Amino acid sequence: MSEPAVADTRRLNSKPQDLTDAYGPPSNFLEIDVYDPQIVGVGRNRYTTYEVRMKTNLPIFKLKDSCVRRRYSDFEWLKNELERDSKIVVPPLPGKALKRQLPFRGDEGLFEESFLEERRAGLEQFINRIAGHPLAQNERCLHMFLQEESIDRNYIPGKV
Amino acid sequence: MSFFGFGQSADIDIVLNDAETRKKAEHKSEDGRKDKYFLFFDGETVSGKLNVTLKYPGKRLEHNGIKIEFIGQIELYYDRGNHHEFVSLVKDLARPGELTQSQTYDFEFTHVEKPYESYTGQNVKLRYFLRATVSRRLSDISKELDIVVHTLSTYPELNSSIKMEVGIEDCLHIEFEYNKSKYHLKDVIVGKIYFLLVRIKIKHMEIDIIKRETTGTGPNVYHENDTVAKYEIMDGAPVRGESIPIRLFLAGYEITPTMRDINKKFSVRYYLNLVLIDEEERRYFKQQEITLWRKGDIVRKSMSHQAISAAQRFEGSSNPEKSQSKNAEDDS
Repeated sequence: MSEPAVADTRRLNSKPQDLTDAYGPPSNFLEIDVYDPQIVGVGRNRYTTYEVRMKTNLPIFKLKDSCVRRRYSDFEWLKNELERDSKIVVPPLPGKALKRQLPFRGDEGLFEESFLEERRAGLEQFINRIAGHPLAQNERCLHMFLQEESIDRNYIPGKV
Repeated sequence: MSFFGFGQSADIDIVLNDAETRKKAEHKSEDGRKDKYFLFFDGETVSGKLNVTLKYPGKRLEHNGIKIEFIGQIELYYDRGNHHEFVSLVKDLARPGELTQSQTYDFEFTHVEKPYESYTGQNVKLRYFLRATVSRRLSDISKELDIVVHTLSTYPELNSSIKMEVGIEDCLHIEFEYNKSKYHLKDVIVGKIYFLLVRIKIKHMEIDIIKRETTGTGPNVYHENDTVAKYEIMDGAPVRGESIPIRLFLAGYEITPTMRDINKKFSVRYYLNLVLIDEEERRYFKQQEITLWRKGDIVRKSMSHQAISAAQRFEGSSNPEKSQSKNAEDDS
């Protein structure tokens, strides 16, 4: 028996897919929205908070639907915690905009609408990127940031 | 070259006896150019003629001997001075004396061993060549003729498929399968990826062929990786239970047979790299070594039991006899 001239390129046998798997909701649903900037405080002690709302079906997150308010320095805290404790390359945050904090500006400075929108979009991109990272999902700081009312800066860092 | 103007010199030329009939093979040189050379196999005789043509007719050419060598050597680029000769044969064609007219000498290297395939890589080169030398007091006249050697193998006795389950706990589990572990250079990689768990957002999946050239020994080992093929096999997000087929034709890529520890100087190995990329450009990958071998052009009898077991793994193979009844004209 001589071997065939053309290689056998037929597909390997594969298991048929269950229809509920094929048409059901995917197991990787994760959406985080950063919106509704609100200015808190008076005078020179004002700052902006954003609503961070997460919807997910990943089992690693305790709450499938959570909503918290966070300010820019909270995002900075999360970035620092992850850079210190995990091996992840953490994506960049939108800029600190120190210049906008100086007096005698022609515009609203840190509370200028276009700036807030730019910052909001950057924060949303940052948190979505990091929350989808399998290694970041193991860090307690991420869960506390996303799902607890307030951030306890004296928490004990560690894995979930 | 002569310092004193009109000394005698000669052109030498090596011509193989079977130059008309012998096949040529393409081989890439160090600078990337592709040239054709006469193709030889292990055990073949290398025979031909050396033509010594005097430049100035009438004048004599004094010499200290004429010889021709057949050499197989390994050259490491970081150590150019040292050539490692693993084959070195010499035929003396003429004793020291003088030539009064152009001459032709016959030579034959009978059934020469050529144990390794010719290879030109990033950091190492293995080549075979004939070198003819007319020795002279001041400067030798020499000429080299490179040839290319291919090493052939037959279908391996054992060629199991590669099947494995890999993943990241609670995030991504896949089972991948490749139909063989040893492929010839014109073969087709047939496989599939089965998704068991998908909790990350995958954007696409590709399969790469990576060539790893290893030179040096002990603490001086150096690996050079080169991606010789990239082939997208899935565009979009899979869900659990989905099977993605793989069909990758090797003939279009610049690959060589696997070379393991050649003369203890270098290795060339190939890996299949399955890469999944998520929406944030994160890459998840699994590398698996495969063996590549060169198939000869001669029609060979297949091992019928192997053909049957191979057919049973394929779709539409309710009748295994079908795959054996195709006509046999090997086209590689």
